[in-house]
Amino acid sequence: MGKNSRSATETVERFLDSTLESVDDAEELALLEAEKAGVPEDDLHKIAMAVRESMVNAVVHGNRYNAHKKVHLSVSKGPEEFVVRIADQGDGFDYEHLPDPLAQENLLRHSGRGIFLIKAFMDDFQVRRLDPGTEVTLVKYLVSK
Amino acid sequence: MSVKLSTRQVGDVSVVDVAGRITLGEGSSALRDALRDMVGKGQKKILLNLGDVSYIDSSGIGELVSGFTTVTNQGGQLRLLNLTKRVKDLLQITKLYTVFDVHDDEAAAVRAFA
Repeated sequence: MGKNSRSATETVERFLDSTLESVDDAEELALLEAEKAGVPEDDLHKIAMAVRESMVNAVVHGNRYNAHKKVHLSVSKGPEEFVVRIADQGDGFDYEHLPDPLAQENLLRHSGRGIFLIKAFMDDFQVRRLDPGTEVTLVKYLVSK
Repeated sequence: MSVKLSTRQVGDVSVVDVAGRITLGEGSSALRDALRDMVGKGQKKILLNLGDVSYIDSSGIGELVSGFTTVTNQGGQLRLLNLTKRVKDLLQITKLYTVFDVHDDEAAAVRAFA
């Protein structure tokens, strides 16, 4: 666990295995920290789900369950925002050209809704290419912007 | 708790009571297996009671959609019963709410198969 006491922001970090158990662990940790940060009840479920979807992307699509690759989880609570960063060590994906899950031709597809739901549930969502890997940043504002 | 599925017959309608979490892994695969099993046995009227589903992720939504298309392609019907607010919200956000035939009353849902 890493804590940053230089500012009012407090950060908890984990390096997680590329397993579905890690998805549950990350969701549980984020939920716990969000509760501590005073995130409203309605938003707790949204954060939990956004973290779950992001972790699934990292474990399944990014690291492809590779036992040698880790997922870096970072949960930060500041006075104005709650931020979760999830980074994998995979090959990355083309964020700009993801199929629209709401398009008529995609409505009945089995998959492809994860990032759409993350964006719907969080106030801000960013994707950054790493070398190697991908980092996503999920933000929920604690005060009105 | 992951997911718990139990099936009962109401006339010629197979009602599947689903409880717990339908998420990637055990939850979504259990639902997929149950629906495939019923379709394999020729059951064509399937009512999924989701009243006790506490959580569903995009994988779970995918299983609902796949189940719907599998049953429909076999000439059957799959309807949903007792959506929680969270599940209803998810289906609305993903524009799937109008794809499924959704009911709040089991007797009415069963009659809708006739």
